[in-house]
Amino acid sequence: MTGVLAVVRKDLLSELRGKEGINASVSFALVILLIFSFAFEPTDTDVRKLSGGLLWIAFAFAGALLLNRSFAREIPNDCLDALVSSPIRGWELFLGKALASFLLLLGVELLCLPVYGIFYNVRWAKVFWPLMLVLVLGTWGLTVLGVSFSALTVNLRLRELMLPLLLYPALSPALMSAMILTTALLGGEAIFGATAGINTAWLRMLTGFDIIFTALSVALIEYVLVL
Amino acid sequence: MTTRQKTIYCLAGLAGVILVVNLYRILLVLPDELRQGAIYRILYFHVPAAFTAWSLFLTSLVASVGYLATKRLRWDGIAAAAVEVGFVFCTVNLVTGMIWARNQWGIWWTWDARLTSMFVCWLLYASYLVLRTAVDDAGQRATISAVLAIFSFADVPIVYGSIYWWRTQHPQPVLTTGKLAAEMWPPLLMNFGAFLLIAVALMLVRLDQEETSLEIQGLRRLAHAL
Repeated sequence: MTGVLAVVRKDLLSELRGKEGINASVSFALVILLIFSFAFEPTDTDVRKLSGGLLWIAFAFAGALLLNRSFAREIPNDCLDALVSSPIRGWELFLGKALASFLLLLGVELLCLPVYGIFYNVRWAKVFWPLMLVLVLGTWGLTVLGVSFSALTVNLRLRELMLPLLLYPALSPALMSAMILTTALLGGEAIFGATAGINTAWLRMLTGFDIIFTALSVALIEYVLVL
Repeated sequence: MTTRQKTIYCLAGLAGVILVVNLYRILLVLPDELRQGAIYRILYFHVPAAFTAWSLFLTSLVASVGYLATKRLRWDGIAAAAVEVGFVFCTVNLVTGMIWARNQWGIWWTWDARLTSMFVCWLLYASYLVLRTAVDDAGQRATISAVLAIFSFADVPIVYGSIYWWRTQHPQPVLTTGKLAAEMWPPLLMNFGAFLLIAVALMLVRLDQEETSLEIQGLRRLAHAL
C-alpha cells in the first residue's frame, strides 16, 4: 500500500506543479458546455431531461485529456522503464496512477459543477451527496478504464487517437448509468430506496462495472506493463 | 491440398447443404407468423447470427487468456480470427435486426438497452481490429489485443441480459421462456449449427493467413540478417 501512496503522491505533485493537464481539462470541459448552449436553449425546462448527459459528456471528454497523460507522462527520460523496474509491483503502480487521476478528475468535475449550475440553471446543491456518490462511482469507472487503456496504448504511434476510440465504447455501460442517475437526481428522483424504481438497476450496473473493471485491470496490468 | 483446406471445404459444403434445406423449410413449409406476417422469418438468421457472434467472442476470450498464459502467437491468431469472423456475424445480426425494425416499428433504429449494448459490442470489437493495425511488433500486438479482448468481452453478458434486466422495445425473451412454437426450434437450431460451421471454416481461412503472414515476417527478418 505504501507503493500505491508513493505513486499517488508523485503523480499529484507533478501534475499540481505543472498544472498542464488540469488547466487543459477544465478549459475543455467549459468549452464543451459552451458549445452545447449553441445546440439548444440551455435554460429551457426540457433541457433538464438532458442535464445528466451533458454533464457526463463534458466530463468524459475532459477526462480523456487527463487520462491520456497518466502513462504518457512517463515516456520522456524513460521514466516508465524506471517505474516498472522499481521495487513496487504492477498493481501498485496501476492503483496509484488510477487514484491520482481519479482525484484530479474529481477536482475538475467539482470545479465545473457550479459553472454548469449557473449557465444551465440546474439546482444541484440540494442533491449534493447522492450526486457525489454518482460522481465518485462514475469517475472511478472512467479512471480505472482510462488508466488501463492509457497503459495499453502508451507505446503506440497513434496513442492520442487510440485512447478515445477504445475508451468510450468500453465505458458506455458506466457512462450510460452515470448519465441516467445524474439526470434522475437533478430531476428530483431518488436513486436508492423504495421509491427509486429502475434507478436502482442503473446504480447496481455502475457499481458492478467499477468492481469488475477494477478487478480485471489489477489482474491484467502486469502483462501490459512488461510487454 | 492440406488437411486444413480439406476441412474448410467440408465444413463450408456441409453448412451450404444445411442452409439450403433450411431455406426450403423456412420459406415454403413454415406458415407466416400471426401478427408479424412473413418478416418474422428474419428471426432464423438474426438470432443464430447473434449466438454465433457471441460464441466467437467467447472463443477470442479463451484464446486471449491462452495467449497471456503461454505467450504462444498461435493463440493470438485464433483470437484475432475469432474476433474478425464474430464481427461479421455481429454486423449480420444488427443489419437483419434493422430490416425487421423498419418493417415492424417503422424505424430503422431505437436506442433501447439491447440495441445499444449490441452496437457497443460491435464498436468494441471494431476498435479491437483497428488497434491491431496500429501495432507493428507481433508480440506487443498480441499482448495488447489479448487484454483488450478480455475487457471487451465484459459487454457480451450485458447484451445477453439486457432484455431480462430492462423493459426494452426489442422483443422480450422467447427462447428461454417457452414462448417459441415447437416447429420453430429445428430450423433455428439448424441455422445456428450452419452459421457455426461457416464461422469455423472462415476462422480456419483466417488462421492460414495469419500463419503465412508470421512466416513472411520471419523470412523478411532472416533476409535482413543475411
